[in-house]
Amino acid sequence: MSIEVSNLSFGYNHRLVLDGINFKAQENQLVSILGPNGVGKSTLFHCILGLLKGYQGQVLLNGKDTNEMSIKEMAELVAFIPQSHYSYFNFSVFDMVLMGTTVQVSAFSKPGKKQVMLVEAALARLGICHLRNRGFTQISGGERQLVLMARALVQEAKILILDEPTANLDYGNQIRVMTQIKSLAREGYTIIQSTHNPDQTFLFSDKVIAMKDGKIVAYGVPGDIFTEELIRNLYAAEVKIKSLYEDKVRVCIPTCAI
Amino acid sequence: MKKNNVIVLSLGIILIISIIISFWIGRYPIYTKELLGILLSKIMPIEQFWTDTMETVLFNIRLPRIVLACLIGCCLAAAGAAYQGVFQNPMAAPELLGASAGAAFGAALAILNYGNSYMIAISAFFFSLLTVALVYLVSKRAKGSGMLGLILSGIMVSSLFSAGTSFIKLVADPNEQLPAITYWLMGSLSGAKNSDVSFVIIPMAIGLIPLFILRWRMNVLTMGDDEARTMGVNSNRVRIIVIVCATLVTAASVSVSGMIGWVGLVIPHLARKLVGNNYNHLMPTSMLLGAIFLLAVDNVSKYLFSTEIPIGILTAFIGAPFFLYLITRKGDIY
Repeated sequence: MSIEVSNLSFGYNHRLVLDGINFKAQENQLVSILGPNGVGKSTLFHCILGLLKGYQGQVLLNGKDTNEMSIKEMAELVAFIPQSHYSYFNFSVFDMVLMGTTVQVSAFSKPGKKQVMLVEAALARLGICHLRNRGFTQISGGERQLVLMARALVQEAKILILDEPTANLDYGNQIRVMTQIKSLAREGYTIIQSTHNPDQTFLFSDKVIAMKDGKIVAYGVPGDIFTEELIRNLYAAEVKIKSLYEDKVRVCIPTCAI
Repeated sequence: MKKNNVIVLSLGIILIISIIISFWIGRYPIYTKELLGILLSKIMPIEQFWTDTMETVLFNIRLPRIVLACLIGCCLAAAGAAYQGVFQNPMAAPELLGASAGAAFGAALAILNYGNSYMIAISAFFFSLLTVALVYLVSKRAKGSGMLGLILSGIMVSSLFSAGTSFIKLVADPNEQLPAITYWLMGSLSGAKNSDVSFVIIPMAIGLIPLFILRWRMNVLTMGDDEARTMGVNSNRVRIIVIVCATLVTAASVSVSGMIGWVGLVIPHLARKLVGNNYNHLMPTSMLLGAIFLLAVDNVSKYLFSTEIPIGILTAFIGAPFFLYLITRKGDIY
């Protein structure tokens, strides 16, 4: 499954939010989009998902223009994992995940045995079987993120788009969620995530897209583009980048802390 | 068998028992033996052991009233549950988009013009649909979020029609028309006729069947438009179908019964307490509970006092405190 964005531009009221975005992601790849708040990461995701119309340029999924695809066809290829989910109605974790299978059943019926088995498998895959009868609003933020991931997995789409999957999670949950995302990429998924954490980008991503003012300022493997200038350019913050374990790992340290 | 299936099945049995008991209540009680005798005599020869009056009461008074109470309770509860889902708002009720305010105006207008009960029902039904259509058209032109626009224009258009109803009350003949309008607005099933049943049965069936069938999609709609779309649901289309169906059944209900409030808000919440928020069970539970509730309240309105109390007053007397109990009760949040 490949996803290709070419010359994508989008503006609200004459202000260009996205300006000529080009990139390509393949299967087995985890692509992280890094950039300050309000840089257009969410807008980019909304354009890719077909939730925003009226953009210039093209979004191709497996070579096919998303403008020519139906809502159902899109959902068969791409699953979205929102950053936070707020619902007035409390659903059980099991029902919540089962909703991900909706695209596989006709409008007049409901998920059947096959879909229930998919849910069981996804819950087991992410290690959250014990939550199945809990209410979604009563579990922790990290657990919710895993439930939303399970919901995306049962959709059986091979492209996953995650909007800041580790925002609002504690340190342990960040690691657990990122480990799951990484292993999904290894299983053949094409994954695009947005993040605020440069360290995490280096540790887990196959490719990084750095965005500023609606443009891509750097795009490539983390080892090539991950520099002190980039962080200064993106966030106006002074950092030192330290290489550890024969350059297997690089960490950002704010200069004020040294 | 799962707990929720047991609940739905038990409610079905309770409804049947309530219907049988409802035949006992009234000036001419019809007990189960006679009831079965009269009904079975229609399909097989049975020697008559009941009076002719009993048969007339059964078919012309008791049966249409029981059927209407069940259908209206079922429709209002289903419409309330559906609106709550598609507007992602637990406080949504069938009155939200002006169906009731429009019906009230239509009925008042028909009474003002000396319409008979059939014309009142047609006028109420027509104005109810017209109001919601108007609300929808206005919301299309409103800026910003579609859902908020719909709710706001619902409130505004409703109050416009309420003002119209007040004006009609002002100019109506205070000796005959004004009491008739006031009584209609209180809601009542006391004049239920077979013609009422045949008038509402088709729009109710057209509305209720899709509401029942689309119940899984309603779950996904509560996730919000964007998430529903990424899960493959055409949220705009499903929402419109649900709104049209819920409006149709609400309009049909109020056109023959007048204003019966609270059923559409309280019953879905009671159902949520019983079976949870999954529409798969929530929708049938709401429908059955609504039917049982309105039938029971109607029996109380017939029997409790020497004169009948309009059912709309009773549903408010029972509904409002019960809703307070539901939201303040300790324990499970839902």
